[in-house]
Amino acid sequence: MKSLEELQAIRDRMKGKVALREGMSDIRIVVGMATCGIAAGARPVLNAFVEEVERQGLADKATVTQTGCIGLCRMEPIVEVMESGKEKVTYVKMTAEKAKRVVAEHIKGGNPVYEYTIGEAQK
Amino acid sequence: MIRSHVLICGGTGCTSSGSPAIREHLEKELAAHGLSEEIKVVQTGCFGLCALGPIMIVYPEGTFYSRVTEADVTEIVEEHLLKGRVVDRLVYNEPAAGNEKHEVASLSDTGFYKTQMRVALRNCGVINPENIDEYIAVDGYQALGKVLTEMTPQQVIDLMKASGLRGRGGAGFPTGLKWEFAAKNVCDTKYVICNADEGDPGAFMDRSVLEGDPHAVLEAMAIAGYAIGAHHGYIYVRAEYPIAVKRLEIAIGQAREYGLLGQDIFGSGFDFDIDIRLGAGAFVCGEETALITSIEGNRGEPKNKPPFPANKGLFEQPTIINNVETLANIPQIIVRGPEWFASMGTESSKGTKVFALGGKIVNTGLVEIPMGTTLREILFDIGGGIPGGKAFKAAQTGGPSGGCIPAKHLDTPIDYENLKAIGSMMGSGGLIVMDEDNCMVDVARFFLEFTVDESCGKCTPCRIGTRRLLEMLNKITEGKGTLEDIDKMEELCHYIQQNSLCALGQTAPNPVLSTLKYFRDEYEAHVVEKRCPAGVCKKLLQYEILADKCRGCTACARKCPVGAISGSVKEPHTIDRQKCIKCGACMDTCKFGAIIKK
Repeated sequence: MKSLEELQAIRDRMKGKVALREGMSDIRIVVGMATCGIAAGARPVLNAFVEEVERQGLADKATVTQTGCIGLCRMEPIVEVMESGKEKVTYVKMTAEKAKRVVAEHIKGGNPVYEYTIGEAQK
Repeated sequence: MIRSHVLICGGTGCTSSGSPAIREHLEKELAAHGLSEEIKVVQTGCFGLCALGPIMIVYPEGTFYSRVTEADVTEIVEEHLLKGRVVDRLVYNEPAAGNEKHEVASLSDTGFYKTQMRVALRNCGVINPENIDEYIAVDGYQALGKVLTEMTPQQVIDLMKASGLRGRGGAGFPTGLKWEFAAKNVCDTKYVICNADEGDPGAFMDRSVLEGDPHAVLEAMAIAGYAIGAHHGYIYVRAEYPIAVKRLEIAIGQAREYGLLGQDIFGSGFDFDIDIRLGAGAFVCGEETALITSIEGNRGEPKNKPPFPANKGLFEQPTIINNVETLANIPQIIVRGPEWFASMGTESSKGTKVFALGGKIVNTGLVEIPMGTTLREILFDIGGGIPGGKAFKAAQTGGPSGGCIPAKHLDTPIDYENLKAIGSMMGSGGLIVMDEDNCMVDVARFFLEFTVDESCGKCTPCRIGTRRLLEMLNKITEGKGTLEDIDKMEELCHYIQQNSLCALGQTAPNPVLSTLKYFRDEYEAHVVEKRCPAGVCKKLLQYEILADKCRGCTACARKCPVGAISGSVKEPHTIDRQKCIKCGACMDTCKFGAIIKK
């Protein structure tokens, strides 16, 4: 190690990888991963969220986690975004492609993608 | 892409309760379910809650699983990791006040962790100790970088002095001052030694730091080397700590590979390297002069002080010796500033202290609390109290060198001076809890037995004095003691304290003196009434069969190994006290509660 910069480079590269262990961040992205969710394709959705959050450098801000069945199996894969002080946003019938857009617009930009939410789907 | 980390404790406690097999099984199960790419298994150091091991934590949720077995692994994988359903039956149940249990899903919510303040144990149970990158990710080696590129050695010493850090090995000498003494000696060769010869019965915080965060110790040693002008360090660690030794070896190898040990670190021109020396298990080698003698290749015996090691230590060169826990605090003091450290603790004792809770306590394990916390908070809020609703009798701090603290001092804020004032000492931080079933004479005898075994034999007061002391204690526990013996014992204690060569002898009488001070009535009961109030000292016990409860079933007579019980079938039996060896087998056998001991 010849310089502090080298050390900083390792730290920056590794930081996101251990951030997961600091517990929940401000925003929680919860993917329904019960049998119904998995059957409807929740796994690629979950992976897409994890990848996008990391790729966009949002690991400090948002945590991707999973939950069981919330009882709305026909709408799976269901993803809920919870942020302290804000109303919960529930996305339904998610796909990996939709996940990317949610990360970009909602998690990063702060604007929920209303056309994917449960309110729209039930109209 | 990794979405979840499963942390499995790889400390000594959890390893012996089977965590390596669980880890192996988990990795197999993950592979079988195609989750290897999504879920990372991390082996960490000690979490501190050793009584509940093996421990597993699943992040990002922070779900805290305790007493996990190999058979549970498949369920955790299929339910939690695959479907996101927490396996409730394995989640830690915390016995809360009023003995109602409530489930604690997340680690930070437990009463055990909530009130702790983790500085020395900051990374234990968080990072993988065998991976230097993870240490760097949590700001590791930043302090060394800062010291080498921005500070002069004197500035480092001033910073350490300002922090108020004192030695965590027992004596509590100010660390900055120790460094300054060594730095002032103008000399080509100086040494830094890490004292990892943790020998107090019941203390295991140094082992946990070495197992859980070895790089913090290496980093601190390099900082110390820079401050005093040393280029070589030794870690003197006991051979009985194989996991700690292995992780240190790995850590030293990785640090050398990264150039964080070796020549010209951070391009500053400063060279520093570290070697490990294994101790063969002598308690006296935790004493600094004996430790130095042992590293030099001689029999581990202490020397007279002065000269102090800071002036004339290893190979006759100026040497500083710091304890593992002391060192583990240092990188953070540099990074976060001396004011931050000095803001914790009491007037004379800054920062935090790690205690190893053992004995009659619910949460056996490691806790780190700010100095000034009371014993009551440690034992009852964090430690969960005494199991089985028994009454607290005393806590022993400082191991065989320390003393007992009775219930009336439970509210004393813990720091170096306060503990000394009530007849105990901080010591390395072993905290053994005793309840109403412990006999204090027997406790003193246990510690004396230890010091008699471990006395190196170099000086007479310790070699012979402690043996005479033990003989008198044995006499008392056997009911053969006299009141005169108690007075003689006290006199001998003071003689040993004042005349022994090193701290081992000087502190050896402490357990006797403090139990005499607070529990003299128990000694007197043994001597005058020939009775052990706690019912521990075998020679003073009498087993008796209650004639009105005995049904004459003959079970006890058949169980008695020495044939001391006689009587006809369906008639009350009797015990022949001459033959009875007081093993208690009859009492365990009796179904009618007809046998009592008194």
